[in-house]
Amino acid sequence: MPNYAYIILIPLLPLAAFVVLGLFGRKYLRGISGVIGTGAVLISVVLSLWVAYGYFFSVGKVDGVYQPVIAWKAVWLSFSPGLSIDMSIILDPISVMMIVVVSFVSFMVHLFSLGYMKGEERFGTYYAFLGLFTFSMLGLVLSGNIFEIYIFWELVGCSSFLLIGYYFDRPTAVAAAKKAFIVTRFADLGFLIGILILSLHAETLDFRTLIQRFTEPSPQLAGITSASFLGISLLSWGLTLVFIGGAGKSALFPLHIWLPDAMEGPTPVSALIHAATMVVAGVYLVARLYPVYALSDPAVLQVILFVGAISALLAAVIACTQTDIKRVLAYSTMSQIGYMMFALGTFHSGEEGALGYTAGMFHLFTHAFFKALLFLCAGVIIHKVHSNEMRDMGGLRRSMPLTHGCFLIACLAIAGIPPFSGFFSKEEILLAAYRANKFVYVIGLLTSCLTAFYMFRLYFSVFWWREGGVSAGDHGEGPASMKIPLVVLAAGALLAGFVPFSRLVTFDGAAMDTPGVGVFAIAPVMLAILGILLAGYLYRKESDRPRKAAGVFGVLYKLAYHKFYIDEIYSFVTKKIIFNLIGRPAAWIDRNIVDGLMNSLAGVTARISAGIKGFQSGRVQDYVLYFFAGIAVLAVLFIYIYT
Amino acid sequence: MNQVPLSHILFVSTALFFIGMYGLFTRRNMITMLMSVELILNSVNINFVAFNRYLYADKLEGVFFTLFIVAIAAAEAAVAIAIIINLYRNLHSIDVEAADEMKF
Repeated sequence: MPNYAYIILIPLLPLAAFVVLGLFGRKYLRGISGVIGTGAVLISVVLSLWVAYGYFFSVGKVDGVYQPVIAWKAVWLSFSPGLSIDMSIILDPISVMMIVVVSFVSFMVHLFSLGYMKGEERFGTYYAFLGLFTFSMLGLVLSGNIFEIYIFWELVGCSSFLLIGYYFDRPTAVAAAKKAFIVTRFADLGFLIGILILSLHAETLDFRTLIQRFTEPSPQLAGITSASFLGISLLSWGLTLVFIGGAGKSALFPLHIWLPDAMEGPTPVSALIHAATMVVAGVYLVARLYPVYALSDPAVLQVILFVGAISALLAAVIACTQTDIKRVLAYSTMSQIGYMMFALGTFHSGEEGALGYTAGMFHLFTHAFFKALLFLCAGVIIHKVHSNEMRDMGGLRRSMPLTHGCFLIACLAIAGIPPFSGFFSKEEILLAAYRANKFVYVIGLLTSCLTAFYMFRLYFSVFWWREGGVSAGDHGEGPASMKIPLVVLAAGALLAGFVPFSRLVTFDGAAMDTPGVGVFAIAPVMLAILGILLAGYLYRKESDRPRKAAGVFGVLYKLAYHKFYIDEIYSFVTKKIIFNLIGRPAAWIDRNIVDGLMNSLAGVTARISAGIKGFQSGRVQDYVLYFFAGIAVLAVLFIYIYT
Repeated sequence: MNQVPLSHILFVSTALFFIGMYGLFTRRNMITMLMSVELILNSVNINFVAFNRYLYADKLEGVFFTLFIVAIAAAEAAVAIAIIINLYRNLHSIDVEAADEMKF
């Protein structure tokens, strides 16, 4: 086995950048902090590509099957013989794929930020946070045991919190950061309990051992399936709870409420964290434990299937009505993640039953490129227009030709038009869904059509709509550091679909032939083109058609515009129900019973001491009186007892 | 020669004791209170001597105790007067009511 130990540098370099910039970035390295951070990540990218090349093309394959490799391992906390928490790095197709995606997108965002964040007061701090995030995310995907992944999971959440709240002088950003942290933290509670249940019964934390014990007949599997709680086996509980953790991080319905608000962060951060990398951590987590989900507990997989499908459709509907460019993209992200999730949920035991696994991972891969590209384009547009509102834009295609081209490529990719990358991954997902569950397939088709519609609604409103467009404060499309990432990512969005993914990342590690797209692709592509045409009809020229179209949908439009009132439902539940029914009685008990008990104890003591302190009058003759009284009592006792 | 009965002597010492006690309670002047304490001590001395003489005439412990008590009373008087002087320096009074700061 070749020596992979250098792989540890991939996450450690961004960490080093974080430490250096965090300590010295503000005072001493202000000017070059961006270069330091970008340079560190660049080395990580090179190393990741080298690792990926080595793994996929020279040594990873044994007898035609990709084997997981433990590249590095160290005991971190040892409690007793047989019980220790290790730190290890696992290399298998999905983790190798993820380090490439994460480090690559992270590098693009670092580069982009050199121009975008220039002149910011806390430039060094920004790069420090980006480094911390990159470190955590790379650590997350490389984690070899379930506890380690949890540590990085929380670190990712923490750095996401820091970056959303980067503009901490804006109350909305602070509120959004808190919301993101609390919602994901709430979901992580499920994850933690899930980890405890699974690892307790598997008697290990290590992923490979755990998967082995839960997929092959073993005493541990028998133990966890026979134990049940509320009529559902503990295995299902554990897996569902782990999935809830993933759903929180991946902004799946109904835990998605934090993602649109998280757009308060700087736009490159949205591109990195809330589009390409962190939000797919939930998908990655399910993929990591996929054998257990697929082989031992299909019921949970059904839950995943439907949660994914509902999220995909719901978010797509909401995205059609939003007017904030970044929020449209946020809902689009949520929708695409729903896509990946239900792709994972389509497992069935027949032939090519695990197509969904490959398809979901493929979509994760392609989505990272075009969604990061969309966000970075949005960044350029916002940089120019100084507004997030689509209404303030329009007619930008002449003044921003490069952004226009890149944005168009990304839109075509996400809409699933051949030969752009999104087409290939989406076809695979829809094929998997078609074979597994027709109902979900229909939802997928519908979502695909809506996706094309809302993306081109965005495209036409920003770049067409009216002539002329914004010209005030014209400073082109930004410096080269902002243009290069756009071009590179556009190339990725264009070409990523041609990666022979089903030969590299499959459920059992063996190469799988891509099912021919052929006839099957006609329906989705036609629907996507329909969506594009409709968007073009409504938004290409300034008119009141959109308003009329909204009128046609009436209540549905209003519901979607208000995001189905899910935020309101949450605040109703928390404020009215939880605060009133649980919070207040608890506060009453605390104030009256707990505090009351302590106060009465203290009060009794104080009253007794107040009563007896009069004896210490300070007057000598009182003391003399007590003294003689005492002697008299003693004398009387003496006489009566001894005579 | 007709001896004075023991009970008479005990009456005297008891009277002396209670006179001292009365003085201790009622006087506010510290010197007077010190004198009352001396009276109490002396009533005890009388008891010691009387019991020695009447009950154990062949022994001398009672007399010796008395001598010790007299010596210790002298030392105690010196200490007490030193305290009184100090109090006077601080309070410009030897009224015991003036020294009531040592309380809760």
